[in-house]
Amino acid sequence: MAPTPDSLIRLTAAQMSAKLRTGEITSVELTQAHLDRIGAVDETINAFIHVSGDEALQTAAAVDASRAAGGAEAEQLHPLAGVPIAIKDLIVTKGQPTTAGSKMLQGWMSPYDATVVEKIRTARMPILGKTNLDEFAMGSSTEHSAYGPTRNPWDITRIPGGSGGGSAAAVAAFEAPLALGTDTGGSIRQPGAVTGTVGTKPTYGGVSRYGAIAMASSLDQIGPVARTVEDAALLHDLIAGHDEKDSTSLAEAEYPEGRIPSFAEAATTKNVAGLRIGVIKQLQGSGYQAGVLSRFQEALDQLRDNGAEIVEVDCPSFDYALGAYYLIMPSEASSNLARYDGVRYGTRVLPESGPMTIERVMGATRAAGFGDEVKRRIILGTYALSAGYYDAYYGSAQKIRTLIQRDFEAAFERADVLVSPTSPTVAFPLEDKLDDPLAMYLNDVATIPANLAGIPGISVPGGLSEGLPVGIQFLAPAKEDARVYRAAAALERLLNDNDEPPLWAQVPALEEVTR
Amino acid sequence: MSEISRADVEHLATLAHIAMTDAELEKMTSELAVIVDSVKRVQEAAGADVPATSHPLPLTNVFRDDVVGHAFTAEEALANAPEAEDSRFKVPAILNEDDDAVTANTPQEGGAR
Repeated sequence: MAPTPDSLIRLTAAQMSAKLRTGEITSVELTQAHLDRIGAVDETINAFIHVSGDEALQTAAAVDASRAAGGAEAEQLHPLAGVPIAIKDLIVTKGQPTTAGSKMLQGWMSPYDATVVEKIRTARMPILGKTNLDEFAMGSSTEHSAYGPTRNPWDITRIPGGSGGGSAAAVAAFEAPLALGTDTGGSIRQPGAVTGTVGTKPTYGGVSRYGAIAMASSLDQIGPVARTVEDAALLHDLIAGHDEKDSTSLAEAEYPEGRIPSFAEAATTKNVAGLRIGVIKQLQGSGYQAGVLSRFQEALDQLRDNGAEIVEVDCPSFDYALGAYYLIMPSEASSNLARYDGVRYGTRVLPESGPMTIERVMGATRAAGFGDEVKRRIILGTYALSAGYYDAYYGSAQKIRTLIQRDFEAAFERADVLVSPTSPTVAFPLEDKLDDPLAMYLNDVATIPANLAGIPGISVPGGLSEGLPVGIQFLAPAKEDARVYRAAAALERLLNDNDEPPLWAQVPALEEVTR
Repeated sequence: MSEISRADVEHLATLAHIAMTDAELEKMTSELAVIVDSVKRVQEAAGADVPATSHPLPLTNVFRDDVVGHAFTAEEALANAPEAEDSRFKVPAILNEDDDAVTANTPQEGGAR
């Protein structure tokens, strides 16, 4: 029996890949099923800023033709060829608009592809479109988008996390099997946690950032978004590697054993016996919801019962991580966003009155083009970097970065991976924290230490609290991304070792609109 | 209390090239005060002997030969320009006091004028 579109979109990417290879399904069927789903639910979810149906179907048809041709052409297809993907709209794409969620880049067409997009095109994955985000990736709820908030498929009155709420919601709502995100302080992992999906922040430099619109360059990292750990690993394998266009990207030789390991293979090794798992003392307790902590404890119990060794690790400087992050990130962002001046590209707005000098045009352009959160961070960053305050703020924050790295080094002497809840709370109602920047910033408390230290992290579903997903985060030393896949895949298997469908399949049915 | 005054925010907004109304300046001053109060604790954490870390990886400069590679055509480079004229970006006046727009110098092949 031919699979119906609904059963097509509910497959994992690995299953889609297998069925494409055997010819049980075609990429055109698969891609059309996702486009139909987007048409039916995205008016509600608003995960996409731009949908590129024609381009996606063209890629799909070409893959189907190669497969049908057989021989070398079919054999050379990448395993993910024909599996559709969505791209966070912070990552530039030729032929499709890139907005960064900002009015500043409304209508802007990148003249080049990001390296990760090039890799996706080379693997011949149909690109479904560009996903919603907090403007310039600044936020934890996707409410700071100039194109309206994205809604959480688990409860459409709640936030999908941020900044990559569009990618996470698209994957959770079966609008796409895979997506790309970016993570500067948790923008892949926290949306993953609150939407019941999987998201990885690779080691800093593990994936080329060429073509990712810069927010905070010493923290930004592109990574995969998926429904299962294996799917995330498959996408990670595709996008990893050195890029001569990104001088901060890691060379193969810099990895242990001189090569980048297969993350997909790591995700199939599901045995935790003997794995030393460190529970970070500072990332639990006050500020974390009781339901989140219950799921976290149950996850630890499962891991312990299956042979993992659970130890507690002390990372005292983490108490200062949030403060350090909210000085370093705005400082770098204020510098990176200076390029939006209305001269060579992007929006230009003229002052309503007075002399028409370039200074005043820039002022009017940036006043109209940027939203409140972006302005807040630019001003905060300008303050932290200004004469007289630089040492006290930016300088002190950089020292804390050193202390956090030292805490991680000490912790990883006692543990192979570290674990914590990904986010202190489940998804909160839309508009709940919109007027309280500090409350919003606290969402990132468990995710930012990894960015400050440049190490890899993953969020994997850990069950439900009050009907909403809870995420569990694993962290590993730099270049040991394979370890987070091992630990997360093991936990995923343990938590799904029952008669119930996996958590991602339990998302409530969304009302479909026929158009 | 925070040391940030409304005059400070006004100065910062000028430095950052963001025009702000009086109401926006008021709001930004109070928001910034709260944020700065919460992050200023970072000063107490690390002693003078702790080195600063600006980047998660030890970085070295990367060099390549200075050869001409792929470059955008003038048309591609100007495709997203708010205003362009004669293969150049057109911008408002920079130095002159009158309201006339002038054409800025832009690097391009051949000087096609």
